[in-house]
Amino acid sequence: MSWFKRQAKGIKTALNDQINVPEGQWVKCPGCSQPLNARELGNNLLVCPKCTYHFKMTSQDYFELLFDDRKFRIFDDNLISVDPLDFTDKKAYTTRLKNTRKKTGLSDSARAATGKVGGHSVSMASMDFSFIGGSMGSVVGEVITRAIKRACRKKTPLILITQSGGARMMEGALSLMQMAKTAANLTKLSDKGLPFIVILTNPTTGGVTASFAMLGDVHIAEPGALIGFAGPRIIRETMGQDLPDGFQKSEFVQEHGFIDMIVERKDLRGRLIHLLHLFMEAVPLAD
Amino acid sequence: MAERQTKHLLDFEKPLFELEQKLEEMRNLDSGRTTAVVNRSLRSLEKRVSVLRTSIYENLTRWQRVQIARHPDRPYTLDHIAGLTDGFIEFHGDRLFGDDPAMVGGFATFKGSRFGFTDRTVMILGQQKGRNTKARKYRRFGMPNPEGYRKALRLMKLAAKFNKPIITLLDTPGAFPGLEAEERGQAQAIALNLFEMARLPVPIVVNLIGDGASGGALGIGVGDRILMMENAWYSVISPESCSSILWRSWDYKEEAARALKLTAADLIDIGVIDEIVSEPTGGAHSDPEKAIHSLGEAIARNLEELDGFSTAELLKNRLAKFDGMGVFEEN
Repeated sequence: MSWFKRQAKGIKTALNDQINVPEGQWVKCPGCSQPLNARELGNNLLVCPKCTYHFKMTSQDYFELLFDDRKFRIFDDNLISVDPLDFTDKKAYTTRLKNTRKKTGLSDSARAATGKVGGHSVSMASMDFSFIGGSMGSVVGEVITRAIKRACRKKTPLILITQSGGARMMEGALSLMQMAKTAANLTKLSDKGLPFIVILTNPTTGGVTASFAMLGDVHIAEPGALIGFAGPRIIRETMGQDLPDGFQKSEFVQEHGFIDMIVERKDLRGRLIHLLHLFMEAVPLAD
Repeated sequence: MAERQTKHLLDFEKPLFELEQKLEEMRNLDSGRTTAVVNRSLRSLEKRVSVLRTSIYENLTRWQRVQIARHPDRPYTLDHIAGLTDGFIEFHGDRLFGDDPAMVGGFATFKGSRFGFTDRTVMILGQQKGRNTKARKYRRFGMPNPEGYRKALRLMKLAAKFNKPIITLLDTPGAFPGLEAEERGQAQAIALNLFEMARLPVPIVVNLIGDGASGGALGIGVGDRILMMENAWYSVISPESCSSILWRSWDYKEEAARALKLTAADLIDIGVIDEIVSEPTGGAHSDPEKAIHSLGEAIARNLEELDGFSTAELLKNRLAKFDGMGVFEEN
């Protein structure tokens, strides 16, 4: 099972290979329906140059985008989901996990890293939607929890980049408990007076939104990200009517008071550095 | 439960009901002239009823337990509060937006002396369902809006202020998935409760009494002891929604219930709950008073045990409890 045990530290995939089309091909932008050159898109942080639609990025992309000199150390990618419930729907959970690991090269849908951002040491974790919809099971809960503990131990800020459809059904109540586990551990970070910045990306829904994603000191969202608790389909069914334009999008969520700022991908690193300067300079830290 | 009019029958209870009716008819026939023969067949029928009830209730599938958990005659939050406390005073409103009838709570005297412990003031709260069409709509089927979770947090903070233990009763098919709930931050309301409950400096006893779906249940579910009634269920999603998402059809709810391992017996094995509270044979709805009494005994005992911990120990143990949840491998 060596395919999920990464030999080299850090995956060195160029951004323009992240999109599922061969080089030189075209993709249709879901935002403006314009055809986009895949390579051009890759060189533009996977943001449509015409309408600024933000395509999904991987955890690797975010680490490379945000850390100084693209340098960081990955943690806990040796944590592996098991199948505590012996769960089978149309497919066995173990098969699903195996196939997904193979397809994505990831061990689960969250990865943690440490490094510097604008010279400040930080503990970071980022999620991957490509791994079973970025869903949170025991491993994601543990990866996030360890990132929190690492921040507490090293007295550094915590930055979490969220991208998830919610809790992972295949681990049942254990997935649900990861919401409580991460939230409970965040009280320790708060006690220590350490900053916690959340970057919400498309999509962030369900149990991830209803736990650590909504507990930050600062909530930054990428433009146009779907952010909510219940999904739009179930709300439409409940309400029996169409939902307003832009419902549950970053701009809507900010208007209702749950997002501090919407920041385009190209400005994320700069904004993060600015915030870290504000929080970390001359701030006496409690033990 | 006084207004209960029609008998609600679950599919698997029908054979039992038919036998019970037969027994009733025989008893009516019997009135006036008791003979040894009639008496004998009466005894034999009574025994058959009892054997059948036991055999049905000892071999329940997970889906059948979900059905029992949702039985319209099952004791709801306010029934438990009425049975377990004296002088309940309901508090209303989150002080931010409004009052949510899907979440009820207030101070009361918990009747611990009935179980050999002491009476004491507690904060008791939980999701509330309605018993008839009008009430169900009013209580939003026990699905709280953000203001419900915020009211719960306000009340729990009051309890902490006055140093009173907290009893929460979880019974919900989920947080309300509505447009306004999203506008007012359903996710943020639940998230904040998880965070604050992890550090409230008073004992918290969490009780799963019926439906326990997802973040909507967990939103008042962080505590020192997690008790679960024998036929309640608790999971990350309802079997129906799980079926709809994973099987892309509503027809696989029984398979989904089986796959989710959502019963009390399942959850004690994986450390999600601490104790199973037994229900009368025939389910809590067959003898609500007895069911409420069992829960009361368990709560009283757990509150007493939690008295033995300092606040620092309590909080340390509570964090350790949730910190330890999850199963994974480290390669």
